[in-house]
Amino acid sequence: MNRDPQDLAAAVRRLPRRVPPGLDARWRQAAEASGAVEVAYQSFETPVGRLLAARTRAGLVRLAYVDAGVEPILAELAGQLSPNLMEIPTQLAEVRRQLDAYARGRRQRFDLPCDWQLIRGFAARVLGSTAAIAYGQVRTYAAVAAAAGAGGAARAAGNALAGNPIAIVIPCHRVVRTGGGLGGYAGGLDRKRFLLDLEGAGRRRGDPVARDPHRD
Amino acid sequence: MAADLTPAAGPAFPHVMEAVPFPRFYAAHRAAVYRFLVAAVGAQGAEDCFQETFLAALRGYPRLRDHRNLRGWILTIAARKVVDHHRRRSRLHRQMEAEERTARARLAAGAPPAELADEALWARVRALPPRQRTALTLRVVGDLSYAAIAAATGTSSAAARQNVHLALRRLRQEIGE
Repeated sequence: MNRDPQDLAAAVRRLPRRVPPGLDARWRQAAEASGAVEVAYQSFETPVGRLLAARTRAGLVRLAYVDAGVEPILAELAGQLSPNLMEIPTQLAEVRRQLDAYARGRRQRFDLPCDWQLIRGFAARVLGSTAAIAYGQVRTYAAVAAAAGAGGAARAAGNALAGNPIAIVIPCHRVVRTGGGLGGYAGGLDRKRFLLDLEGAGRRRGDPVARDPHRD
Repeated sequence: MAADLTPAAGPAFPHVMEAVPFPRFYAAHRAAVYRFLVAAVGAQGAEDCFQETFLAALRGYPRLRDHRNLRGWILTIAARKVVDHHRRRSRLHRQMEAEERTARARLAAGAPPAELADEALWARVRALPPRQRTALTLRVVGDLSYAAIAAATGTSSAAARQNVHLALRRLRQEIGE
């Protein structure tokens, strides 16, 4: 009964299948200017592999290793923070610049405002004490747990460190096992070793790092 | 979403909700929105309406709780922008003049007759009474169900169906099919 006029069906088929060139770029500009974007992100290559950095108005909220693509990380951030994410490289330029200098051995501490909203409770105490470990130094899981007011909770401290949302900048790679083992690392042990070598951590401290990580 | 709870394998956030990040939402629906807008307001006005549609969507997106019918949601917003567009009479007139000039220029340049026929047809669609125009474009271009059209336009499914029916009958009479 509601038969479309043939012309109409044909005209619908001939409508453009894609947006015209330039429309995406103009939309991104308009969105950026609207102030409705809550989280700006960018993914980029570094000597430790591809990273994704994300920031809110308060500061850097996430620095993650990109091993399985950016989509899972964006989906996670959409649920945790806001679905209004947008790739805005200019907003991550300073993060990129400082990471680049760090990776070249030209920077020892990060001067970046961080947004700690993804870090709560016990994890906040553990990562707070971890943030105080200086460049090139290491501390044990037990020591970090004790500093967080939970002596003997080394394993719980390890879990909190594994959930560090701001890798590298909150230097969870500087926490190792009692006895010299590397322990774990969310980005993989190769990266942990790379970062500690970069910082010269092993050479300066009786070499607890270069030893066999599986020994303890 | 499968959250990996193994400490060494990555950060574990078991409280993560299901939410479609806006860039994925945009990429999935931009072409459909653009097609709908080209039909409803013409290529000249479609880009402005497109920006307005997705800006409104961006502002409302964080408060949107139900992500199951995003196509219906975005086309609802687009339909509202189309109404706004057609209300701006003076702009519409300028646009129609521009479209006419474009059509004449393309006719002179030997554009394919199908394209010119399409343009004439969409002009007729745009000249339909607003409710019929909205219902028809949401149905045949946006591919929405009558229930979704009803939700988008604040009427009943029966009224949405009736509006599409009236629009098609009118077009048929005008085209002389």
